[in-house]
Amino acid sequence: MNTVAFAAIAILTLAGALAAATLPKLIHATLCLVVAFLGVAGFFFLLGAEFVGLVQVFVYIGAVAVLIVFTILLTRRDLEKDHGFNWGGAVLAIAVFSGLMAAILKTPILFTSASQVPALTVKRIGEVLMTDFVWPLQCVGLLLTAALIGALVLVMEEKR
Amino acid sequence: MIDQFFIQTKQWLLSWLSGAPDWVIQIASALINIFALLGVFLTLFALISVLERKILGRMQNRYGPNRVGPFGLFQPVADGIKMLIKEDIVPVRADKIVHFLAPILIAATAILALGVIPYGRNMTPFAIDGGILFFFAVGSTTELAVFMAGWGSNNKFSMLGAMRAIAQMVSYELPLIITTLPVVMVVGSLSPDAIVAAQGGYFFGVIPHWFVTTPWGATAFILFFVSGLVESNRTPFDVPEGESEIVAGHMTEYSGFKYATFFMAEYFGMFAISGLAVTLFLGGWQAPFAWLQFVPSYVWFFVKLSILLFVYIWIRGTLPRTRVDQVMNFAWKFMLPMAFTCVIAAAVWHYGGRGMAGWFWSLAVIAVVYIALSILLDTRKKFAPRTYRFAE
Repeated sequence: MNTVAFAAIAILTLAGALAAATLPKLIHATLCLVVAFLGVAGFFFLLGAEFVGLVQVFVYIGAVAVLIVFTILLTRRDLEKDHGFNWGGAVLAIAVFSGLMAAILKTPILFTSASQVPALTVKRIGEVLMTDFVWPLQCVGLLLTAALIGALVLVMEEKR
Repeated sequence: MIDQFFIQTKQWLLSWLSGAPDWVIQIASALINIFALLGVFLTLFALISVLERKILGRMQNRYGPNRVGPFGLFQPVADGIKMLIKEDIVPVRADKIVHFLAPILIAATAILALGVIPYGRNMTPFAIDGGILFFFAVGSTTELAVFMAGWGSNNKFSMLGAMRAIAQMVSYELPLIITTLPVVMVVGSLSPDAIVAAQGGYFFGVIPHWFVTTPWGATAFILFFVSGLVESNRTPFDVPEGESEIVAGHMTEYSGFKYATFFMAEYFGMFAISGLAVTLFLGGWQAPFAWLQFVPSYVWFFVKLSILLFVYIWIRGTLPRTRVDQVMNFAWKFMLPMAFTCVIAAAVWHYGGRGMAGWFWSLAVIAVVYIALSILLDTRKKFAPRTYRFAE
């Protein structure tokens, strides 16, 4: 059952990602990227990480995808031109991929079944965020506030 | 017992399958839930579409639909037949796939969001732990569907409508989510069932423990309701489909049953957001008085839901449409600070012992911020006679 689900989600995710990378129209690529995001959320559900899966849908589909869509619509478009092969992007992609693969291969495989791990409640996540991870949380908050203020400064009307 | 009638019916239906493998029973159970959900809400949709027109007619001193069936009650049937046999027109330059997928996605998300709401004791179709988060995660996908409709139609009006819709939905999602935060904080759970259970019991045997009876709860409920109006694109916030300016917004290029699907999704979204408001603030399926507990729980849920839906219709019959800049200013300058105040007021209420003292302290916090905001935003100026720059 789980293997079938894994295969189905993996095919969906990879197909979405591949389509996002190859489709000529940017909007189509974005919509396919959403499918890939959904697949990743599906993996989280399969692993029993309900909270992370829901946050994945919430943040990546509700916010990031909408942001990408807005960015495409509100910026100048020169889609029709063929830019040729993007070597910089390829190098970056290979670098990220090899970095992630190295990290994954280094990690020891855990042979714990899901029932032995206690269910992660929102309360527990909140406690950990407010005690052990309070500094990273505050740093992220500061960064996001700075980004918000920066965006406001950019779009603010210039007073004569 | 009548309260658990539907649960027992489901158990009885499932008992036919006894002996079948586990996954068959699981799938059958899920299917029963889905059919029940769709049956109830499609009926409610048909009813509310005719009732809305009747009530609006009443408010505007005219009859409303009264030709088909007794009191015009069969109007939805006639409408449905009309929508089904209408020609389905797709613009030549439209993006066929995106144009086709948009109504499907929007209806799917609207129906999914309905699934996590507890409709009665033990009557949550899909009881998952992060139910509230699921609701918002699914709800945020609606924006993408609206965008697909606007962009796929390849029409300037559609695109403008979609941009307006996304802009206001993104803006009001913030107050919507932040006003649910105090409830989640106080209950300590994201599960709708736990939230409803936490609102059981009565003060002095009379006043129910609903969160709307606390100052932060009442404020959050009003803010949530207004954000809900925006999220479901209802008057006075229906700028995305302002027919005097942009025809019908993102639905301009849809005809026949696809248009009906959008219409249905809008109503389902309204049911979902009102259902969540009932769950979060109005005690879900809990009875308002202890001596009324003999009435089945689902009756209470649907009574509360109908009252909220009536208020939706009432507002539609009362208020004019706002401008885009008014919608945005209201969101960022008033709704968001007030939503954050609710979180603080709930914390004050909690640390004030959840009793009388906490009640008054949290009221004080809200009152101070409200008055400060109204001085800061200079609301009095807004009620002065309007001055026109060009049309004198």
